[in-house]
Amino acid sequence: MARTLLLKNINEPGIQSLEGYQRNNGYASLRKAMKMKPEEIVEEVKKSGLRGRGGAGFPTGMKWSFLAKPEGVPRYLVCNADESEPGTFKDRYLMERIPHLLVEGMIISSFALGARTSYIYIRGEMMYVYHILEKAIDEAYKAGFLGENILGSGFSHDIYVHPGGGAYICGEETGLIESLEGKRGNPRIKPPFPAVKGVWDCPTVVNNVETIAAVVPVMEMGGEEYAKIGIGKSTGTKLISACGHINKPGVYEIELGLPVEEFIYSENYCGGILNGKKMKAVVAGGSSVPILPAELILKTANGEPRLMSYESLADGGFVSGTMLGSGGFIVMDENTSIIKNLWNFTRFYHHESCGQCSPCREGTGWMEKILHKILHGQGSMSDIDLLMDIQGKIEGKTICPLGDAAAWPVASAIRHFRSEFEQEIKNQTVKIRSTAAQAV
Amino acid sequence: MALIQRIMKRYPDGKHKSAILPVLHLAQAEFDGWLSVPVMDYVASILRIQPIEVYEVASFYSMFNLTPVGKCVIEVCRTGPCWLMGAEDIVRYLEKKLNIRAGETTKDGMFTLKTVECLASCGTAPMMQVGEKYHENLSPDKVDKILDDYRANTDGHISHWTKDKIGKN
Repeated sequence: MARTLLLKNINEPGIQSLEGYQRNNGYASLRKAMKMKPEEIVEEVKKSGLRGRGGAGFPTGMKWSFLAKPEGVPRYLVCNADESEPGTFKDRYLMERIPHLLVEGMIISSFALGARTSYIYIRGEMMYVYHILEKAIDEAYKAGFLGENILGSGFSHDIYVHPGGGAYICGEETGLIESLEGKRGNPRIKPPFPAVKGVWDCPTVVNNVETIAAVVPVMEMGGEEYAKIGIGKSTGTKLISACGHINKPGVYEIELGLPVEEFIYSENYCGGILNGKKMKAVVAGGSSVPILPAELILKTANGEPRLMSYESLADGGFVSGTMLGSGGFIVMDENTSIIKNLWNFTRFYHHESCGQCSPCREGTGWMEKILHKILHGQGSMSDIDLLMDIQGKIEGKTICPLGDAAAWPVASAIRHFRSEFEQEIKNQTVKIRSTAAQAV
Repeated sequence: MALIQRIMKRYPDGKHKSAILPVLHLAQAEFDGWLSVPVMDYVASILRIQPIEVYEVASFYSMFNLTPVGKCVIEVCRTGPCWLMGAEDIVRYLEKKLNIRAGETTKDGMFTLKTVECLASCGTAPMMQVGEKYHENLSPDKVDKILDDYRANTDGHISHWTKDKIGKN
């Protein structure tokens, strides 16, 4: 197996507890960090090339360096643990199995950012994980890793866990901030960015669970060493949530740059397609990223082997590429209906649209209706172009990226599987009997 | 009430409105699994905010029930990856078994069946949640056992959050 950093001790007995975590070198990075200056930690994170693991892939060190530092105004670190992107379950796994890794990362990151208080915004449905985190935080207080004057450094810090209420949109950082303030999770217009005006109008950094956890190995090995892992600007390791029609679904830590083919077919990872079937398509980075047919996920349009990295997955742009996104890797076998899968995703985005922006609020519902119509044998060929037209009028025309996330799956499904749509519509008289009873 | 005061202290002075989601979770757990208008008004009075501020939040988030529910609320994930692995069959099986449609409550007030969006359990699909518990890798047989277990062992409403488990800070 390849090198692992985040999950290397995941199977050690008692790793969920402080005692087990410390037995495996836990909190050594914190001890090291407390002897450094905050700006030196930011520098190490910059050198590491670590990029946001929630989906956007923005360089973490750069995001940190944008944080405004006006005198007398508190700064906050908020951990985005609102993992809701369909196909993604890595953060839940990490928090459940090795909660102290996140807690340690939170303390180091807060020290680097000069945040006296930080919050872990966890989706409310994961209430059992909420309790695991609170237990880990209680243990960390008792051991002197939290509270006043941590390890004699003069730095004091408190972490609170905050439960969400069930809303995908709160995974968007400004929606999350609104929600943390006790409001509906309606995303804000940027600028101002959270780094200047975030929670309670104070400078705020919002980072994903995995990003914050990755700060621990970055501190342990140093930024330069971390940057040697991976490929090009895709440095380090990434947690991939593998699901769908594969033999071995689960969370895998990969070195960025692993060939996609190896990831899907190797026994070390997905172990091939379920029931020996052929692969039809893959959504590589959570439901929001463009779907790719089997041949394009394995090889780029130029015939190069596709790699699990930010750059390689994006090779070909949206014409023939996709995105690494959150690492939610959804595999579909040859019997999967691309249209029905798309209808399911579109219904999801319609349900989760906060309703602020008309293109998203109305467009997602309209696309859902058209797809429903096609699945019920009432589609017409012009509906395909209409779907393309609607998605084009959502993309880039909304306050937050939920609009794009709803548009891209539609555009890519039609781009790569147009003939399936045409066939479905042609066969409508046959389909009307069988699917009308099924699709609700 | 001491617990609510403690939760409110997690946020800066004057920013106690932030406690609304945790407090609504607690209220839902205390008051039979749903939020009536009087309960929401009560939450508003505790947080010293206007009732409308509570209504608009409670109606935005899918975890809050604004109509009465059964003792056990079964929330079946219906999103993409669970759908690929047979979530529709699980919903249909539950509907048949409980003799209700999704969104309804059984006549004896025992079960409410809801379909929900992705619960970050895609690698163990299909799945459903009851209270804080995730039931994963579902099959009809497994669903039977789970239902029997809840029928035999449920005392009062099962909620997502229980107050005795909340941390000390």
